[in-house]
Parts: sequence; C-alpha cells; structure tokens
Amino acid sequence: MDTRKHANGHGENQKDAVARALGWFSLGLGTAQIAAPGTVERLIGLSGERRALMRALGAREIASGVGILAQRKPAPWLWARVAGDAMDLALLGRAFKAADARKARVAGAIAAVAGVMIPDVLESLRTTTSGQIEAKGSITVRRPVETVYDFWRDLSNLPSFMIHLESVQERGNRSHWRAKAPGGRTVEWDAELVAERPNELLHWRATGQIPNQGTVRFREAPGNRGTEIHVSLAYEPPAGELGALVAKMFGEEPQIQIKDDLRRFKQVMETGEVVMSEGSPAGVSAKQQLRQRPAQPMEVAS
Amino acid sequence: MRALCWEGRNKVSVENVPDPKIINGRDAIVRISSTAICGSDLHLYDGYIPTMERGDILGHEFMGEVVEIGPDVENLAVGDRVVVPFPIACGACAQCQAENYSLCENSNPNAGLGEKMYGHPLCGIFGYSHLTGGYAGGQAEYARVPFADVGPLKIEEDLTDEQVLFLSDIFPTGFMGAEMCNIQPGDVIAVWGAGPVGQFAAASAFLLGAERVIVIDRFDYRLRMAAQNAGAETLDYEGTDVIEELKEMTGGRGPDACIDAVGMEAHHDVGAIYAYDRVKQALRMETERPFALREAIMACKSGGTVSVVGVYGGFVDKFPMGSLMNRAITIRTGQCHVHRYMRPLLDRVRRGEIDPSFVVTHRLSLDDAPDGYETFKHKQDECVKVVLKP
Repeated sequence: MDTRKHANGHGENQKDAVARALGWFSLGLGTAQIAAPGTVERLIGLSGERRALMRALGAREIASGVGILAQRKPAPWLWARVAGDAMDLALLGRAFKAADARKARVAGAIAAVAGVMIPDVLESLRTTTSGQIEAKGSITVRRPVETVYDFWRDLSNLPSFMIHLESVQERGNRSHWRAKAPGGRTVEWDAELVAERPNELLHWRATGQIPNQGTVRFREAPGNRGTEIHVSLAYEPPAGELGALVAKMFGEEPQIQIKDDLRRFKQVMETGEVVMSEGSPAGVSAKQQLRQRPAQPMEVAS
Repeated sequence: MRALCWEGRNKVSVENVPDPKIINGRDAIVRISSTAICGSDLHLYDGYIPTMERGDILGHEFMGEVVEIGPDVENLAVGDRVVVPFPIACGACAQCQAENYSLCENSNPNAGLGEKMYGHPLCGIFGYSHLTGGYAGGQAEYARVPFADVGPLKIEEDLTDEQVLFLSDIFPTGFMGAEMCNIQPGDVIAVWGAGPVGQFAAASAFLLGAERVIVIDRFDYRLRMAAQNAGAETLDYEGTDVIEELKEMTGGRGPDACIDAVGMEAHHDVGAIYAYDRVKQALRMETERPFALREAIMACKSGGTVSVVGVYGGFVDKFPMGSLMNRAITIRTGQCHVHRYMRPLLDRVRRGEIDPSFVVTHRLSLDDAPDGYETFKHKQDECVKVVLKP
C-alpha cells in the first residue's frame, strides 16, 4: 500500500473541462456505436459486419462516460477510458490486416485513438494525484450557543459522540488524543489549540501519527433556531500500514464520518443519549448503516 | 419471545427471538396485548419498500403493559397500560417542539440512508425497514420503546384494546388526512380508498364539519362499512369515470378537498393503464402506481386541497403537474404526527363521538399472523383490519 491520495474532498473542482469533455465524448461515441454500429464501422474503414462487437464497445464507452460525468471522483472512469483506448488500438491493429479493411481509413482511426489517448492519460494522472483529504459538515442544534460551545470546548466530552475516539486528555492548550483502530490497535496524536474564540470558533492543529488540522465554528441560528455548528478538517493521510489503518477507520468518505459525528453530537445535546436501534446497535454510523443486523433484539449475555 | 419476522417478499413467519432489553435510559419495555397489521405493512410484505433485512420484526401499531422502564423515564410506571405511536420521536428537537413528530431529527440512527434517498432523513419508525432506523416492531410479545417518556399514551379509562389500539396509527393518520383539508362549512370531501385509513379519514371529515363525504373504492363490503359507520356516500370506481361522476355529484364543482388514502400500490380498472404502471413498477422504472393520486388531483375543485396520507416510497410517473399548477391545487402530506393527535382523539373516543373498533374484521393469535397477512393482502373474507393477540 503506498501513498495514493485522494484529491481534495470536494470532487467537483477536480473535474475540469477536459474531464467533462472526455465524458461527453464517450457518451457521444457510445451512442453512435449502439444506434448505428454499421455506419461507425464503415467510417473507420470496415465493411459493417461487426455490429455486435461495435455495440459492446458502445456500451463500454457509455459506462465510462456516465462514470466520468456522474461520479464525484472521476479518476477510475478516466483510467477505464485509457484501458478502452488500448483495447481499441489492439482491435484496430488486427482490423488493419482484415480482408474488408480500407487501410487508409483504419490508419486514420488508429491515429484518432492514439490522439485521444494523450488527454486520457494526462487527465487520469492529474485526477489521481494531489492534495490532502479535506472534509466538512454542519448541523443545527436546538441549544444556546454557550451551552453548545462549552460542551465541545471540554474536549473530554468528544468521545461521547465521536465513536472512533477513546479519550482526549487536555494539558493546557495542548491535548492528547487516542482513537480506536481496527484490529484492537490504537492511534495517538497530540493537538494544539491554535485559536480559541468563545462561542465562536475553535481551531486546532495536530502533529504525530496523523497530522491534521481543523476548525469548528459556532454560530447562532436565526430566529431562535439554536446553534449552527460548522466543522471543516484536513489531514495528510500517512503512508504505509498506518495509512491503511486510517483509511479503514475513516472510510472512503470522511465527509460522511463528520456528518455521523455531528448527528450523534446533536442527539447527545438534545436528548442526552446516542440513539440506537436493533438494526444499528452502535447508533449512527455510515459503516453500520450499510451492514445492518436484522431489526430484532440481540442475544445479551447477562 | 415469539415475533413475526419478515423473511422476504410475500413471506413472513413467527419465530423465536431474544427478548428485548433496555438499551438507553429513556427506553421502556412493553408486553404487547394487542397489535394490528397495517395496510402499509403490505408494502413491506409485497417487497416495495427497500432496505428490509431477513429477520426484521414487523409491526408499528401496538399497545400493552409497561413491564420495565429505563432510569430516565419518569412519567411511566411498571404496570401502566399504554398505546405506542408508530413514529419514534425524541421530543426535544426543533421538529418535535413544533409538534411535527414524524419529522423528528434525532430518532433515526440510519439517518444517512434516508438522506441519500430523500434529500433529508426520516424519523425512526417501529418495524418499518432500515431506512426508518431498523427498529424491531410490535407484532411480537414484547417491544422496546425508545423515548418512552415522549411517545406512549397512558390509558386509564375503562376502554377496550380495540377502542384505543388504533390511536397508534390509522385513526390519527385518517384524522390528519381530514385536518389537512382545512374543512369549511359546506365542504364536500372525497376519499380514495375505503381501507382502514380511508374509513377513519371519512369519519374524521365529518367530525371536522364536512357537509358530505364521498368514499371511492371497488370493494362493496368496504364501501358498505364507510356508509354504515361514517355515513359517507360511496362510489364504486369500477366501470365508472370517477372524475365525471364526482362532478355530477357536486354540481360540477368537484370535491373541495380530496384525500388519497391509497398510496403506492393502487389498482386501476382500465387494464391498459394499470398494466403500464404495474410493468414500470415491476421493472423498477418507477416505484409507485399513483392512480389514486392522479385522479384526486384531476378531480379536485380549482383552488382546492389534495391531502396525501397513503404511503409513497420513491418516484411517480405521469404526475399531472400542469393541472396542479394551473388550477392552484394545494398538496398537503406527511407521515402522521401521531403524538399530536393521540390525546385529543382519546378524548373523542371517551366522549363517545367515535368508536374506532368498527374497522376490526379479524382477530387472530400472533401465531396465525402469516395467514392474517394473506387474508388482508388478498382482501379475502371481507377483511378490513386484522388485530393480533400475542
């Protein structure tokens, strides 16, 4: 496992005009291949008898196109285009020797595929590398801003709603954090409160096994609606085994983790408990939501 | 304990499962004396609601005796007789404070699932898929009731189970359906569906001052029940142009308000139209068969209200948005905010304004619940409402 990093958390800005153009190109080509396979085949210099193959290639194009345009992280789908280009080149190479081939046209098609392969590779590389992981989330809690701020500011309260945390110990404006990791392991880091404005903002920076920094903003919601909490954080995923561990802990979508934490925070602040069901006995958790147990009571050894 | 579990499409069975335990301080355990099969349970039975797991205990209409309470429940005591509302509500969030209990922001631990499907999460509901929290339901001998200090209604009067059981869902749901019509003197209200919720919607429309109520269905025994108990006029939609007929019955105005008490699995008597939506639903190209809703919108007088209490799950095709917009129709809807209605409706029962037990046609033991589902689903034996006695 090496340091393959996510591009920054908000996928939209990693998908620039080039990626979108490639996506639309795939959709257009795929549609033509499915709707008029014979015409496309004749255009690239063949006799128009390979309709089934042409339609299959069209389906592949459409899948890549939809993936690039619809997914927040287009990299895998761009790589699918690269693989598709390689496959097309191989097929065209064979077609060049076929009896029904008009060689000039086939050569033209080969040149066209090779041409589009360049932006495909560049764009795939660009979207696959770069940046640290960023995520944000927000929620409104029906409690006064002072109450909400004070509860959060007492960092030892955080494990009551951040399920990964085991403990947070404060020493002045520094704190020591311990988190549970898969396989009974723990991950630890030290954090420093670099800015603190009561009832407004907390900003921390952490060093150690997982360098991270983040901000929690507290804002009075309009019309007595309580307090808005806005969290944003960024972390540098560590390399190697630890990186894999961290990836497992925070999942593919750190954004969802933050939302889960905030939902539990709201529950604790408003109801005094973390809400649990038979299907989700640990309370709100994205991972658990995907792997539900049946909605019936658990066998309790008591 | 014994509990009715969902085992897959069209398959439920009574299984031995562990007894529920107190998990949170605000929980209570209720020993169930009566529980009912709801029309919306049939959407689960038929496999139209996603996120069901094999082994899920069904049931969201139940009542019984409190046998255990968590340390933070102060308003209930062991031995209390209670009716439990089907939505789970914390009582503390902004929506609960506004009495929109079925929009509770805290009661669904699977909020993320609902958010993906609906844009915002749903509240927790007993025994109603994992989208609404994955809570074990009440078609069982016992149930754990979260936020027991907010939901359960204590019954101290000498009323039978069948007189108060339906305060858990269908009576308040029908009542809210009528209330959303904002009934004015002289109003004619049309109700699609003469199932249990339609029966209560019709009766409630009269309680709220409607001049006339017209109930639309195709089963004679259900229409008869609406006529006898609520005093409603009836319309058999088979072989009838419902919209024309409603105009005929209202001097061309159309009903002032329409209540859809049918929901996602409607039937249509024109074979081709029924087949169109049936096929699209089977292929998952749409999730609903919205005949009743389409008809209610088209039939409603201009500037009137369409109140939707029938359950929908996803996406609707051929929605008459043009009719809705150009004729200034108001749509009001929602899962019922049961907590809001339980006490006032209990008072109406106590004053003898209505006896909700009129809908009960079948009484079965819990062990016979699978037969109850089949009978109810296929409307055999003039079935309207099945009550189970665990």
